[in-house]
Amino acid sequence: MMLARAWNSDLAYSFRTSPVAVASAAIALVLIIAAAFAPLLAPHDPMDVASLSLLDSFKPPVGMADADWSNPLGTDNQGRDVLSAIMYGMRISLLVGLLSVLFAIVVGVAIGLLAGYAGGVIDSILMRIADVQLTFPSILTALLVDGVITAALPRTMREALQIYVIIFAIGISLWPNFARTVRGSTLVERNKDYVLAARVIGVPSWRIMLNHVLPNVIGPVMVIGTLGLGLAIIAEATLSFLGVGLPPTQPSLGTLIRFGDDFLFSGEWWVSVFPGLALILMVLAINLLGDWLRDALNPRLR
Amino acid sequence: MPLLDVRDLTVEFPTRRGTLRALDRVSFSIESGEILGVVGESGAGKSLTGAAIVGLLERPGRIASGEIRLDGQRIDNLAPEPLRRIRGRRIGTIFQDPLTTLNPLYTIGRQLTETMQTHMRLTDAEARRKAIGWLDRVGIPAAAQRIDAYPHEFSGGQRQRVVIALALCAEPALVIADEPTTALDVSIQAQIITLLKNLTRDHGTAVMLVTHDMGVIAETADRVAVMYAGRIVEIGPVAAVIRQPAHPYTDGLMASIPSLEHRVDRLRQIDGAMPRLDAIPAGCRFHPRCPRVFARCHKEQPELLPAGATNAACWLHANG
Amino acid sequence: MFGFIGSRLLQAVPVLLVVGFIAFALFDYVGDPVSILLGQDHTEAQRVALVQQLGLDQPFFVQYARFLWTALHGNFGISYRLAQPVSSLIAERLPATLELAITASVLAFAIGVPMGVYTGIHRNTLLSRLFMIVSLVGVSLPTFLLGILLILLFAVWLGWLPSFGRGPVVHLGGWWTTGFTSWAGIRSLILPAITLGMFQMTLIMRLVRAEMLEVLRTDYIKFARARGLTNRAINFGHALKNTLVPVITIMGLQFGGIVAFSLVTETVFQWPGMGLLLVQSVAVADIPVMSAYLLLIALVFVLINLVVDLLYYAVDPRLRVRR
Repeated sequence: MMLARAWNSDLAYSFRTSPVAVASAAIALVLIIAAAFAPLLAPHDPMDVASLSLLDSFKPPVGMADADWSNPLGTDNQGRDVLSAIMYGMRISLLVGLLSVLFAIVVGVAIGLLAGYAGGVIDSILMRIADVQLTFPSILTALLVDGVITAALPRTMREALQIYVIIFAIGISLWPNFARTVRGSTLVERNKDYVLAARVIGVPSWRIMLNHVLPNVIGPVMVIGTLGLGLAIIAEATLSFLGVGLPPTQPSLGTLIRFGDDFLFSGEWWVSVFPGLALILMVLAINLLGDWLRDALNPRLR
Repeated sequence: MPLLDVRDLTVEFPTRRGTLRALDRVSFSIESGEILGVVGESGAGKSLTGAAIVGLLERPGRIASGEIRLDGQRIDNLAPEPLRRIRGRRIGTIFQDPLTTLNPLYTIGRQLTETMQTHMRLTDAEARRKAIGWLDRVGIPAAAQRIDAYPHEFSGGQRQRVVIALALCAEPALVIADEPTTALDVSIQAQIITLLKNLTRDHGTAVMLVTHDMGVIAETADRVAVMYAGRIVEIGPVAAVIRQPAHPYTDGLMASIPSLEHRVDRLRQIDGAMPRLDAIPAGCRFHPRCPRVFARCHKEQPELLPAGATNAACWLHANG
Repeated sequence: MFGFIGSRLLQAVPVLLVVGFIAFALFDYVGDPVSILLGQDHTEAQRVALVQQLGLDQPFFVQYARFLWTALHGNFGISYRLAQPVSSLIAERLPATLELAITASVLAFAIGVPMGVYTGIHRNTLLSRLFMIVSLVGVSLPTFLLGILLILLFAVWLGWLPSFGRGPVVHLGGWWTTGFTSWAGIRSLILPAITLGMFQMTLIMRLVRAEMLEVLRTDYIKFARARGLTNRAINFGHALKNTLVPVITIMGLQFGGIVAFSLVTETVFQWPGMGLLLVQSVAVADIPVMSAYLLLIALVFVLINLVVDLLYYAVDPRLRVRR
């Protein structure tokens, strides 16, 4: 308990003294609040088709001629407020990203524990799979998994299940990193005396190991998870941009950018650029936090 | 004029918790062709002295004050480029661990010719011929064939021979050998020391031999400097320092070495440990561990004073 | 030497068999090819005939063997979407993808390595910090977004470069097509290549920097300094060569990444390559194209790994004696 407190306060100190970490945490917090409370904070409801008017279409953002503050970032081809669409889009992007990483953590930690604990053939097979998958680009894994499941699903269910398919596809592409870390930790613990001692007195050693391994891997898993969240959000945006991600009824940032891409040449750049900037800001803040966390938990690496 | 003259050399490391003084007004000199042994515990500042002389202190370490002269010319304040020309050409260096000092991706021949051609005007053929000559001289059998071998194809002892060849091949006037035998098998240590001694004698090269092995010093060096916590506490001819150490620390150091000549029932050891750089005591740095400590030692720091055949930084010799 | 290549190739066979198995399982068991091929209106007799024609009534392993055998002959079936042989579809698009991927890799390597060396040697200069910021943005910027922003800037606003397609191409030796013979073709390649190479470039830069920092601390670099070698010889001769081994590994792995990300780039720039074909096929679940692509990518990976092994062999003498 005391140790945990000291560790936490060290981390807190390193956080306070790193302007980059504070700034990126602030940005991430603002974006998360904007996304989470979008229904309360957004100036308009982009999902409410009845409120849309084609008369309002393609209003430019504030700073350009014919702009007004009711649509600070302009409107799209249907008169939808871009700012509100971004806030709702971030909700979906963040949700999919978080759930994918969570899924990857559960799968990765379970497999890592199993491989480290079981050892032998099971270990070799599992880690070989992880290695092969690591060399395989995750966007391709996600795309192929997505394509195969979509092909296997009956047509009528596709749209309703699409979000789970995407979460599964992205999560599956991310698990090996977690598995490798947890396996390493498990191997270290397995050879320690207390595990042998536990076995001697008849306590199942896997139970003791769980209690010891899990606290040890929290740090690395947090780091990989944070950096993985950035990857997952990019992966979702990419899939949605390619048109194989979320259905247009649930537009994420990637979907918004894809819509806006069509109007690039007619001069309405803001329809795609602002969602793009939101995406960059979000991923950059998350990556910076992840980098900082890695350095803070691992003082040996400068 | 001595070949190397170090006066009041002070090296500092600025850190977050304040500036650490790793070397404090170290003074000594080395004559042409002379072998000066430098002994002391780890962290006493032996290797640091060597690094400071060739201008390779690791950041953030820096020379805070003092002078280093080579052949009368100051070298401690030289710009990087002239200093680089001195390294290898006028002052050679031998490192501790031959397994890590050679670049694994280049043949030893290439590393030798590269060194020579950096400092001397030599055609490729001349450099190669000289490289084979050096390998031969340091005792690598079949030098003409082995010149194109990579470091991993040699044993540890052979690699240290190659390192010695690399340090001497541009014919420097001084070699700084930093623990040249510590990483080697005991059976090979003597061979390497003998090789170093013979080669430097043949070429008239002076040696600053840094080691914590008094036995090596006794066999090899002309004079010896004893370092403790960043200072030289005693310096003088080897025989005198070994037979009649004037500083209580040297005395303790000598008594802790087993000797074949006269059997001692028990080896003495010095109680306590050398202080950390951020906790150097006031007065004489050795006083908390000194068996002959008295009032003055707590207050004033002694400089090197004549003490019989040697010089010692100890108030016991203040009345002289 | 030849034994070494041979053993590496042998090791690749099981990998290809497994990937082939996945591709085959996809091909035959996902999405009911019979009803897709026949469409809505068909008689039972037509159905049975097609099942027999496709060999779907055969035992499992017979089907697998047949799949491998036909795949080995470059026959991957007929695309559901385009109703053309998959092999010719891919052959048509392969040169475009390879030209783009290779240009992007060369670009990433030629810019990333010097930047990494510079930031590794001069850790705290202004330019170093600038490079590090660029690399951070590069890592956080999704490929497709970079493409869009480049199009907006250089094609829409400045009007300097084309925004889609390959431009005019010339046929070489029967099936290969190249855009390198004309200025317009090269201009078309610029934006896609930058888009595709950016992520790899920042990755290479960060890796070379980290390795340089590591290597510059080693004893043999200190010894090289102590021998009075010039900074140039130390940084670019001794240090850079020692950083190459990990860089080669990552480069090899990343070429796979480049091929994968080319599908994003190709979509943004409507580049007529394999990636665009794959994306269009995934959208409509065109399984034969997907399984062929999977096999092809596996083959590319195996070949790249072989090249990486050979490069190791060339760079690091320690590997040569062990065999």
